[in-house]
Amino acid sequence: MQPLTTDEIRIVIAKGKFRDNLFKAVGIFCLAFALLVIVALIADMVIKGAERFTLDFFLNFASRRAAQAGILSAWVGSLLVMLVTALAAVPLGVAAGLYLEEYAKRNWLTNLIEINITNLAAVPSIVYGLLALGIFVYQFGFGQSILSAGLTLALLILPIIIVSTREAIRAIPAMIREGSMAVGATRWQTCRYHIIPYAMPGILTGVIIGLARAIGETAPIITIGALTFIAFLPPLPFTAAEGGATAGLFDWVMSPFTVMPIQIFNWTSRPDPAFEVNAAAAGFVLMAMVLSMNAVAIYLRYKMRKRIKW
Amino acid sequence: MPANNPGDLHQVSDRLAYNAMRHWKERLIEAVLLAAAAVSVLTTLGIVYVLVSESISFFANVSIVDFLTDTQWTPLFDDAHFGIMVLVSGTLVSSFVALAVAIPMGTIIAIYLSEFADSRVREVAKPILELLGGIPTIVFGYFALLVVTPILQFVLPGLPGFSLLSAGLVMGIMIVPYIASLSEDAMRAVPMSMREGSYAMGATKLYTAVHVVVPAAISGLAASYILGISRAVGETMILAVAAGMQPNLTWNPMEPAATITSYIVQVALGDLPHGSIGYQTIFAAGLTLLLITLLFNILGQWLRARFRENY
Repeated sequence: MQPLTTDEIRIVIAKGKFRDNLFKAVGIFCLAFALLVIVALIADMVIKGAERFTLDFFLNFASRRAAQAGILSAWVGSLLVMLVTALAAVPLGVAAGLYLEEYAKRNWLTNLIEINITNLAAVPSIVYGLLALGIFVYQFGFGQSILSAGLTLALLILPIIIVSTREAIRAIPAMIREGSMAVGATRWQTCRYHIIPYAMPGILTGVIIGLARAIGETAPIITIGALTFIAFLPPLPFTAAEGGATAGLFDWVMSPFTVMPIQIFNWTSRPDPAFEVNAAAAGFVLMAMVLSMNAVAIYLRYKMRKRIKW
Repeated sequence: MPANNPGDLHQVSDRLAYNAMRHWKERLIEAVLLAAAAVSVLTTLGIVYVLVSESISFFANVSIVDFLTDTQWTPLFDDAHFGIMVLVSGTLVSSFVALAVAIPMGTIIAIYLSEFADSRVREVAKPILELLGGIPTIVFGYFALLVVTPILQFVLPGLPGFSLLSAGLVMGIMIVPYIASLSEDAMRAVPMSMREGSYAMGATKLYTAVHVVVPAAISGLAASYILGISRAVGETMILAVAAGMQPNLTWNPMEPAATITSYIVQVALGDLPHGSIGYQTIFAAGLTLLLITLLFNILGQWLRARFRENY
């Protein structure tokens, strides 16, 4: 092979540099395109839905007339379902994460649980809806209630909370545990007074990301048969209920309900374009909820990374 | 035991009793925590139990051969046909469109962020991509039907108001962040010395990225693609909103069609009596969906084991 002349080498280098820059341009283009989609999505919903951003929109029930329809039952429903989800998923997820990191011995049972959690994270969300339809709605007789929906979403986000709890606990150095045990604390006391407090920011991040995922989930809730048209609120504890009785403290958990994503789905699939405006406005409200939750989680994670004490 | 502080216990027998209580309490706590961890296993068992038991009643009425070979899916008509391939075709076509967008775009973004972009761009771009991945799918469905479909109709006249193409494209955009983020993590795990070796031989950045970093990270990339496929196959709301819900055995993305997931949504929106054959179909469809995702996940785990490189 003939050695290249200086000019030929210059050409080879120039070609290589050109290809590098070309790829860089393609990369920036792809990234910009993805960002453009977010911007277009938000802009479209803000512009289309602008006329509905009034107090009435938040305080009115769904209606057959688009201009008077609001999202009251939807956002109240979403809030209550999230409450049930958080109450079920947070203790379960944190306890499971704590067990796997601090207590579990390396045996077949632990392996089974770990493989299982990994696989559950890949199960499509609608399958959780089928599980809930078979077990919660019919087997347990919870019906199409806030309780069924909250528990379904709790199972759905359990892997997220478990994984983030484990990661947070794993980042705590062994000396913290050794120090605690050296002064005579039991394993549980070590967890209660050292591990859980130190892992708290990490756990919180996982909880927020999980709940943000849950609040936007539509498919499993439709599958359990949530109604799309609800023009009443779940009974407030200790207020007058139907038939002159007083609602109990927990009557609301068995109430029929609707949630934000289902309301949006309902409005999107109507042929009347007047409802598109409602769908856009409600979509923006849901996006704002989800994105602000995610932003808080990302901020927390960022802050955590900055002030690691050990 | 009246004393709260073990230091107050002066008699040996009291101390032993205290220790015994403490031990018993510790065991109880451990059992409670184990029970919490076991909930995930119960979830899996519950899923398998519900899907399989309802499917068994379903297959008592419909032969499995018809289920796999029939070319019509009309479970709620008088002349009922149960050909799952009709729904599977919709699922596969929309997933294919989505992956044709998500895999190239996700990989390019990952290579760019890991090999070309400086760290400040990465610090900003990754969280924003994560935000994109967190957008509720119903919002993407709205976007596909009311924004992307009209734009596509402008470019491709004759595209119907509902199509697998429009739903698939938006689904692809939705999956990009997952693939980009996981692939980028995999490529960043490739040790710097391998890149330095390549640069020392005079290779350009792009050549190093394609011929050194990507092959070294291939198991991670494959895992991210498999996750993308699972997401696409299991995606529901975008398809239910933008792809139409009528069953249609087609391989043409320009047509509307139902998928396994959008069929389940359609049935759930109606009011089917518990225990009817129509009610059982959604569990048979769900079982099919779960088996497809399971297949891809097993494939993914095998690929990861087969091509894993340790440094």
